[in-house]
Amino acid sequence: MRSIVTAMPLEAILTVAAALFCIGLFGALSRRNIIGILMGVELMLNAVNINLIAFWRYLEPTNTSGLIFAIIAITVAAAEAAVGLAMVIAVYRTRLTINADEVDTLRG
Amino acid sequence: MEIAFFIITALLTIGAAVAMVLSHNAVHSALWLVLNFFGVAVLYLLLNAPFLAMVQITVYAGAIMVLFLFVIMLLGSEQGQEEVNGLPWQTPVALVMGLLLVVMAGYALFFPGTPVPTTQTPNEIGAPDILARKLFSTYLLPFEITSVLLLVALIGAVVLTMKSREGDRV
Repeated sequence: MRSIVTAMPLEAILTVAAALFCIGLFGALSRRNIIGILMGVELMLNAVNINLIAFWRYLEPTNTSGLIFAIIAITVAAAEAAVGLAMVIAVYRTRLTINADEVDTLRG
Repeated sequence: MEIAFFIITALLTIGAAVAMVLSHNAVHSALWLVLNFFGVAVLYLLLNAPFLAMVQITVYAGAIMVLFLFVIMLLGSEQGQEEVNGLPWQTPVALVMGLLLVVMAGYALFFPGTPVPTTQTPNEIGAPDILARKLFSTYLLPFEITSVLLLVALIGAVVLTMKSREGDRV
């Protein structure tokens, strides 16, 4: 069975992951909506996971560390999304806005 | 075959991500993100990690995106407040930072210091049973710490969204 390792160079997958990370970074930086920012962060976490899996597959296919690390990263992403969205709801309750620019109580 | 499949998946994934960033309606944004997650799951399948692909679909496309859509619709913020542009310089700066990162990543990829050696042993490591055996033996401590993290996140989410008795508007 041919596999992607022989068909594609590692750099191709890393390029896709880097592009996704950059798009996520742009989304997280350019959005005003807090939910939009959180979605950008999710995209970046995904790109990191692709990198982990690609390096595992190409360099260390006999070692499961890369896979385990990706699973733990997904768990952390899930926890981050849950707490982040809970904070969005808490902010909306007190400030009646989810625009990140209007939540500026700590501004000096 | 693999090359064509990979290119189609990569284009789909990146296209969905771009559409997600550019769409102004938060619900459309979330749905594009779901498509992106499915693309990433297919990439995992291509990389011989079937368990990760299924986890990607159930956790990301299932749980996390339902949470996102639920909050978007609960707060009625489909249109967002993107028109109120409080920091007009923010978008160009974000664009420059993103492009800078693209250039840096491209430089690192196309001018590598040392070539990356690739091993080509056939593997069944990505199979769920072997992964589970590893997870419950070698990586038992990280696994348990992860469960504690999830518990903390659960309690944190409940506490953050709990209604306080006195109205404590800031």
